[in-house]
This record gives sequence, structure tokens and C-alpha cells, in this order.
Amino acid sequence: MTLLSTRATAAPPPRARARLRFRKEAFVGWGFVGPFVAVFALVFLAPIGYAIYLSLFQNRLIGGTSFVGLDNYGEALTDPRFWDGLTRVGMFLLVQVPVMLGIALLVALAIDSGRLYGKTFFRVSVFLPYAVPAVVASLIWGFMYGTQFGLVGNINEALGVTLPNPLSPSLALASIGNIVTWEFVGYNMLIFYSALKVVPSSLYEAAAIDGAGEWRVVWSIKLPAIRSAVVIATIFSIIGSFQLFNEPSILQKLAPNAITSDFTPNLYTYSLSFAGQQHNYAATVAIVMGVITAIIAYAVQLRGMRKG
Amino acid sequence: MRTHSSLRLLGAVAVASTIALTATACGSDAADGGSAGTSGPKEVAAALEKGGKVTVWAWEPTLKKVAEDFEQKYPKVDVELVNAGTGDKQYTALQNAIAAGSGAPDVAQVEYYALGQFTIGKSVEDLAPYGATKHATSFTSGPWNAVHQDDAIYALPMDSGPMAFFYNKKVFDKHHIKVPTTWDEYVEAARALHKADPKVFIANDTGDAGATTSLIWQAGGHPYKTDGTDVKIDFTDDGSKTYAATWQKLLDEKLLSPVNPWSDAWYKGLADGSIATLTTGAWMPANFASGVASASGDWRVAPLPQWKKGGKASAENGGSSLAVPKVAKNKELAYAFAEFATTGTGASSRVAQGAFPATRADLESKAFLDTEFPYFGGQKANQIFAESAANVGSDWQYLPYQVYANSIFNDTVGKAYVSPTKLSEGLKAWQDASVKYGKDQGFTVNK
Repeated sequence: MTLLSTRATAAPPPRARARLRFRKEAFVGWGFVGPFVAVFALVFLAPIGYAIYLSLFQNRLIGGTSFVGLDNYGEALTDPRFWDGLTRVGMFLLVQVPVMLGIALLVALAIDSGRLYGKTFFRVSVFLPYAVPAVVASLIWGFMYGTQFGLVGNINEALGVTLPNPLSPSLALASIGNIVTWEFVGYNMLIFYSALKVVPSSLYEAAAIDGAGEWRVVWSIKLPAIRSAVVIATIFSIIGSFQLFNEPSILQKLAPNAITSDFTPNLYTYSLSFAGQQHNYAATVAIVMGVITAIIAYAVQLRGMRKG
Repeated sequence: MRTHSSLRLLGAVAVASTIALTATACGSDAADGGSAGTSGPKEVAAALEKGGKVTVWAWEPTLKKVAEDFEQKYPKVDVELVNAGTGDKQYTALQNAIAAGSGAPDVAQVEYYALGQFTIGKSVEDLAPYGATKHATSFTSGPWNAVHQDDAIYALPMDSGPMAFFYNKKVFDKHHIKVPTTWDEYVEAARALHKADPKVFIANDTGDAGATTSLIWQAGGHPYKTDGTDVKIDFTDDGSKTYAATWQKLLDEKLLSPVNPWSDAWYKGLADGSIATLTTGAWMPANFASGVASASGDWRVAPLPQWKKGGKASAENGGSSLAVPKVAKNKELAYAFAEFATTGTGASSRVAQGAFPATRADLESKAFLDTEFPYFGGQKANQIFAESAANVGSDWQYLPYQVYANSIFNDTVGKAYVSPTKLSEGLKAWQDASVKYGKDQGFTVNK
């Protein structure tokens, strides 16, 4: 459009020719965005569109494929297995995300304070777990959680105590929260730390002249300055919580009775699709889950930005 | 994981579903068009003469030698043996390939419990016209019942898993405990072992669908009745009740080790004596020899403990067959290979390599029965397995969608292993979930 207007001012043509050129140049514009639109449509819109299309059908072992309209959605919205999973990740979100972001924030502030020896070592070592693939991390923790031959078992044996089984039904979610926290504290710390690095030093100098203490600087300068980074990290974490899959999926092999096939909505979608061959219903659950995630993430973003 | 957008996940699921669904869409035509003309033994012989390529999906290791022998006997035939995964993994791949109408093998290994899922979808060929009928009496009754329905023969039995009781004699001797012959004695032995050494458990069990259904089978239960698309599921029959009552005692008193089968901890437990017995199929010895080599000589084999004193009842656990998918490109050759691998010299060669036969001739051969197992201290274990095979309850049926049902076993029955939920309640919950799935899939369930 900018291109069009600059040309138009250079030599004002008659009306008819302008319209012709407008069409031609509009086409040129499409030429620029075309490659992007094509890729976007192919890898982004088409799969979603196809998932929606799939969700309108039902395929049965007896009777084959038939169009069922919105029946699958009706079923998903009243499916206790889906809602159980959703409630579970909701609880996970309410407890694990504040803990994880709180720790990440503390570490970021500590490193940024400049009062820490071996700052670089500290920063790298806290970030390191993020470099470990989630599957490997879950396996490592899974071995440690073992009450027979794992670390928990060894502690029990060495001290003659009986620690509660971390993979029992009542503790499994907390144990997964522990793994996820371990994995992502470093990642979130880095987001906060990089936001802190761009705070202009003149603000700190001004605070020092005003006689502000370290806590006052944190409260009045650092935290307000990284508010948008906190909002972003929160949104990532919300999405991540709703998508919980790798950790429970790996630990399921170790604790099949505690971590059920509908433990999280994603795990449920997976087992519907691969064990049950219910691809249509799996697509429906995935869409419902996507919409719920988008709504909550958007609400958090609106709220976070409004205050800022 | 945490940085991905939710839409990306949606996309991924959509792509996965796309593949599977497009597959389904094309599949129906291929399946219908596949049954052009009937082939008989003549066509099979002609196909062997003409030659060609047979693709076989199987994880059974003894088939390698069979494939070589087959190629040697029929030089124009080329056998491609592919390991497309074990159990569920292979079935998922197979189901998708069958639905897609392309990429499916000519011959596929399918466990007995899973065969129903393929026959109900009419995705495997009826082998009776090819000449399979003449083998009806060459197989033992358990496997044969699993592969045929009325006159149709959907697969040829490759091996079988009549159950037996494996026990660590060293542990039993050390604590002076009698080897149980009934399940009541088994519970007694479990208590005594655990009391003598709190580290020792009579067995490991974290809830296994295959083992549970097999023991109900042995107890004379018939929780599943399938007649075409008519399915009945009832876990309140006498067999199921008997099983649940006994197993509940073991769970209540925490006499079962919470170790998952096939895990490292499991192999360790079998080796060091902390898991003192194993109730499973006759295919186990090869796994003992390779996975628990250090305990060689400690273990022995005994007949299954009985539900009724003095009984001889047995059941199958595991075992698989060779089936020919309807979409196979060269069904005559496929049948020829399946027949070669499951009967006659093919079967004998596999037995020599350690497979447990489903053929009467091999099962009754003197060489087989007299084989001494060094791992079991020179015991002639095959005699026990053979007797078990002869006593397998013959009218057992699985669900036509047992693969799915087994995948939700731990969601339902598993609760009894980790919470105050009773086993009978767990079985009821499993029944309800299986009924729901069956109805969703268009079966007539419990009507």
C-alpha cells in the first residue's frame, strides 16, 4: 500500500488507468505475501481446518464413517474423563506455575543483584536442566522416584525409614510438578534476567541518590520494569501446563495405575487416537482443549497488559 | 514442550489424524475390491512356481531361519522379514496400513487376543479356501479355537502359551516352603515367604490385563462372549469372582511386589530371589535364559496352582498367529509362507530354536518332550507345558476390541492396586468402560 501511494503522488494518472494499475499492483502485493500465505495456509490453517472437519464425523468398527454434526462436541463437553484431566492440569497450573515463576524470579534477582560470586556458573547451572530433553529428564527423575531400586528406595534402606511413594496416585501430580519446575526454572530465569539487564542504569543511580535500599529498588524499579516479561512467562507456563504430556507419558510406564490414560487432556487425546482408533473424537477433544487454552491465555494477557 | 503454542499441538494432532483418517477413507474401497475371485491350493502352488516377493511383519525371532529355509525351497520367492514393532505398536501400524490400502504386509504376526480386532473389521483374509482347513487337526485346541470362527480360518497358529508356574526353588528351599498346588496354598506361601523375609514377594503384579484374563480363564470364567457384532461382557460370573476373591487377599495383605514386568527392577528381582514365582506362558524359558542368566539353576517349573484341589485346569497366556491382510498384494504366496512357517518342517525348525509349538506333532514328539532345560536344573519342562496345553479350557473368547480394552485396564482395575478400591469394583469399572466403547463402535453390547 505504501508503494502504491508514493507512486500515485509522483505522477497523478487518469482515473481509469489508476484503477488498472491499482489492480496490477495489488497483485504485486500478493506476490510479496504469497509465499508466506501459502506456507501459513498449508502448515497452519489446513491442519486446523482438517481437524475441525474430522471432528464432525464418527468412524466405527461396525458401520464405518458417518457425519454426526456437533455430536462429538456435545460428548466432549460432558465427558468426565476429559474434565478430570482438565481439572488436574488446572490444579497443576494453580500450584506449579506460581512456585516455578517465584523461584525463577528470585534466582534472576539474585544473579542481577551483583552480590553473587560465580554469577556465570550459577546462571549456566540453573539454566542447564532446560537443555535436557523432557523425555530424558522424566526418565532420570523416574529412576530417582523408584521405591524399589531408585533413590527413594536407597534412602529408605539407608535410613530405615519409609518415605511415601512419589508415584502413588496422591503424589504423582506433585512429583510431575517437581520435574517440570526443575526443567523450566532456568528458562524462565533467563527471560527475567534478560529483562532486568535492559533496565537503564540511570534509574539505579537516581535511586541511590534518593537513598533507596536494595529491596526498595527491587520493588519500585526492577519488578515494574520486567512486568511484561512476567506476563509472557506466565502465558508460556499456562500453555505448557495445559499441554502436559511428556512427563506423565514417560512416568506412566513406571506407575501405570497412578497415571491413567486420561491423566491430562493431551494424554487422553493420544490414547483415544492410538489405542482406541477414535481419531474423530480425539480431534474434537484437541480442538476443545485448544480453544480453552487460547481463552485462558488471552484473558491473562488482557489482564496483565491492562495493569501495565 | 513448554514453549510450544497450543495451536501447534492442535496442528500435530490434526496431522496425525489426517494420516489415519485419509487412510480410513481410501481403505474401504481397497478392502471391498480385494476379494476378487477365490484362490485354492492350485493357485498357491502356481504362485510358488511363478515366484515373487512376500513381506512379513513379525517380531518373532525364530522366523528368520524359516524365511531362509523357505527361500531355499522356493528359489523364486523372496521373503522380506520386517520388525514393525512388538504387540500394540505393530497393530497400530498394521491397522493404519490396512486402512490406507497400501504399505500393508502380505503376512502379519498377530497375537490371539488381538486377532478379533482384525477379523471384525474384515481386514484379514479367510484362509480356508487356500487349503487351511486340512490343518484343523494338526494344531492344539487352544490356539485353533482362537483363529477360526465357524468355517472361516483367519490365521494360522504360530506358537502358543499354555501357562505354567515358574518358581525359584532356592528361595522356597531356604525358607522350607512347600510349592503351592492350589491358589489357596499360593496365598499361604505368599504370606510365609514374606514373613520369613520381608524383602521377598511371591510375585510381582502391578495389574496386567493379559495375566488377569488368563487366570479368570483358568478359573472357568467366561467374562466375554462374542457372536459377530453381538458382545456380552460380564465380570460377575463365578470364574471372575473366584479369581477376584483370592487376588484381593494378596492385594489387601500387600503380598505382591509393585514391580512392573519387563522392567530392569523385574529382571533384578527374578535374579536375586525377591520375586519368587512367575505365572506365565510356556514361551518364558527363552526369556529366563537371556534376561535372568545369573539365576540359572535356581528356577524350576511346576503345573499351575489350581482353583479346585486336584484339578488340572489351564489357560493360555500370549501366543501369536500369522494372518494375511485382505489388502496383501500376493495372497497366494502369503498363505504359502504362513503355512510353511506354522506347519511341518517350518514349525519344527522354530521349536528347535526355542519357540513353543502350537502343532500337535511337535508337542507330542519324543525329542521335544525329553528336552532337558539346563536353566531349570535339567528338568524336562516341556512335559509340564505339554500337559498344560492339553488342559486349556477350550471355549474362552476375547473381545473383538481387546487391544483397546487392555489399554484401559490400568485406568480401572489398576485402582485396586493403589487405592482402597476392591478388585471386583475395578473389574466392574473395566466392564463398564468396555461396554461403552463397544457401543460407541457400533456393537450390540449386553443386550
